[in-house]
Amino acid sequence: MSVHTLEIDGRMVTALEGETILAAAEDAGIFIPKLCAVEGLSAPGACRLCMVEIAGQNKLRAACLTRAAEGMVVRTETSALREQRKLLVELLLAEGNHVCSVCVVNGYCELQSLAAALDVDHVRFTPRYPARTIDLSHERFGLDHNRCILCTRCVRACDEIEGAHTLDVAGRGRTARIITDLAEPWGHSESCTGCGKCVRTCPTGALFLKNKPAAEMKKDSGFIRQIIAARREKIWI
Amino acid sequence: MDLNRRPRLATAWLGGCSGCHMSFLDLDERLIDLAAAADICYSPLMDIKEFPEAVDIALVEGAVANEDHLRDLRTIRARSKTLIAFGDCAVTGNVTAMRNLFPLENILEAAYGDPAVVRALSAPPDPVPRLLGRVLRLHDVVEVDWYLPGCPPSADSIFEIITAVLAGKKPPGGRKFGC
Repeated sequence: MSVHTLEIDGRMVTALEGETILAAAEDAGIFIPKLCAVEGLSAPGACRLCMVEIAGQNKLRAACLTRAAEGMVVRTETSALREQRKLLVELLLAEGNHVCSVCVVNGYCELQSLAAALDVDHVRFTPRYPARTIDLSHERFGLDHNRCILCTRCVRACDEIEGAHTLDVAGRGRTARIITDLAEPWGHSESCTGCGKCVRTCPTGALFLKNKPAAEMKKDSGFIRQIIAARREKIWI
Repeated sequence: MDLNRRPRLATAWLGGCSGCHMSFLDLDERLIDLAAAADICYSPLMDIKEFPEAVDIALVEGAVANEDHLRDLRTIRARSKTLIAFGDCAVTGNVTAMRNLFPLENILEAAYGDPAVVRALSAPPDPVPRLLGRVLRLHDVVEVDWYLPGCPPSADSIFEIITAVLAGKKPPGGRKFGC
């Protein structure tokens, strides 16, 4: 398999043929902010937080969708990128109803952590306060649309790893929302296997275990990688 | 030390739960250092009714939920050199602004049930302040110089921001909302 050598933030980094800039950077321990990409799932390029500068290209590129190439010179952390990322996080916070202090993942939320990492200490936009619903019809899981950023991690985990495709996105623009089956209550879903992969993959408190009180739910989407490796190696611990 | 020349520090409490002020009290023995470094001239923890003139640093807790808050915040801004949005309600609206998801009348009906009370609160008698239709963040109303998120901000982060502003330095960032 051929290997490419490229430069990311002044460091020489190697990438396998077909590997993305994001994967190459993460292998080399270079942190690029992201909210929708998860190792092992397809990349929709939805959140735009992993945008990077590539020398010789006048457009920013999503690191999760752009393949590393020989001799590429990539910058992941410039003042312009930082400003753009702050803007994106502020827009996400203004778009939904995000109240960290009463959220089930307070302290463990990827959106909350990213806001702090990017020094987002306030939101410059007027919050929308959209009227959104909460689906508590499932026996064990809840879906709070107020906290959803439409990253579609849950949709992809359900479809690509579990193979159930219970979850999907309905509507367009600001009416877009996650649905179960044909927009029926989750508890009525016949396709849902109750595996909980969606809940563990969700970066915010939008999907949660019903018995967890505020600030007591940790998530880790790394299990996707473990499942894929286990399937490939046929090793089940 | 010329006590009159110490920087004047004020803390104020609008639409919040006072948790930020409890965290301020968690400065514990550092309150003694603070009292030496600054003249704490106004606070809900002190018996002073009127927000004073010529304040150097004002920490304002809580969101703007009623007409008294609106008036008080404008007074605080006019009389303070540096205004710090103190905690999540001041910075984001937080729990105080969760009522923005519903019309005010529905909130009053849910809270009081009695239509007579709801009517009375729509045009309340003095000195009960009228609730705003929508809860506002501080920076929706006035210019804010620094933001200290947190529900509540830790005592350490409060000490750091006051120390930095007193020294004329940029306060440290990277604080989380909530937590």
